[in-house]
Amino acid sequence: MKGLYDNEMKLEFLSKSSNEAFARITVAAFVSQLDPTIEEISDIKTAVSEAVTNCIIHAYEDTDGIVKIVTRLIGNTVEIEISDSGKGIENIELARRPLYTTKANLERSGMGFTIMESFMDEVEISSVVGIGTKIIMKKKIKKIENTTDIKEECCSKTIV
Amino acid sequence: MNSEYKSLDKLLILKITEEIDHHTTEKIRRKMDNEITRYMPRKVLFDFNEVSFMDSAGIGLIIGRYKVAKLFGGEVEIANARPSVKKVLEMSGITRIIKINDGIRIAN
Ligand SMILES: Nc1ncnc2c1ncn2[C@@H]1O[C@H](COP(=O)(O)OP(=O)(O)O)[C@@H](O)[C@H]1O
Ligand SMILES: [Mg+2]
Repeated sequence: MKGLYDNEMKLEFLSKSSNEAFARITVAAFVSQLDPTIEEISDIKTAVSEAVTNCIIHAYEDTDGIVKIVTRLIGNTVEIEISDSGKGIENIELARRPLYTTKANLERSGMGFTIMESFMDEVEISSVVGIGTKIIMKKKIKKIENTTDIKEECCSKTIV
Repeated sequence: MNSEYKSLDKLLILKITEEIDHHTTEKIRRKMDNEITRYMPRKVLFDFNEVSFMDSAGIGLIIGRYKVAKLFGGEVEIANARPSVKKVLEMSGITRIIKINDGIRIAN
């Protein structure tokens, strides 16, 4: 029987800041099978980087914990679930606001959720204080219809 | 990160050569603050030519350095940011206080 998802991958790693690049690059590599544009890929990398960084600095506050990522490809849509079992968010509505940060002393800009929301089509946040936080983000990868895009791609490939 | 100081113009060029995220900013920040406090430049120019990735950690980094430069009466400018980086910069609203220059050629 065919599964519910067209494709799926799972990733678990320690909440070390050196894993931020690893996480976004790995998700981007998995998503690349949908043929996203450069812009779509960099939007996804940025959103993943924001969510993973939040697990590391806010959820676990630099103690060791596990960050989990599940990425699903459903048709043309990418669904990325990023979760932690850290301290949780007290007020989600407040946390979503642009410029809101509880770590201004660390030069955080409070723009993480704003970036996730504007770079992805949908962002769902669920959190329980003392239990953890889960972010589900979705983005539809658009099929290239613009012929100039296709031409550019084919030409650059011929040159190489 | 590399830096270059042009004493005639009191210009400090800080060329960032790595991806900018929470992991990399701490080191970059320390180096930048060393250079800014050492030269007290009239202008700090961030050269983003080699920055292939930046998330919101970069916004905090730049606003922080803007404040440090201002302490010494200096201003801050950004050059050569690629579209994906510019998108993050523009979202943050810092383009209202910091000029973004396209295609600046930095002479040696
Ligand atoms: N995974 C998380 N666990 C606990 N708190 C979080 C988490 N993610 C975000 N937050 C809270 O939401 C706030 C806003 O997050 P964000 O928009 O990414 O800004 P920043 O990370 O710059 O503070 C954070 O300052 C923090 O208080
Ligand atoms: Mg954040």
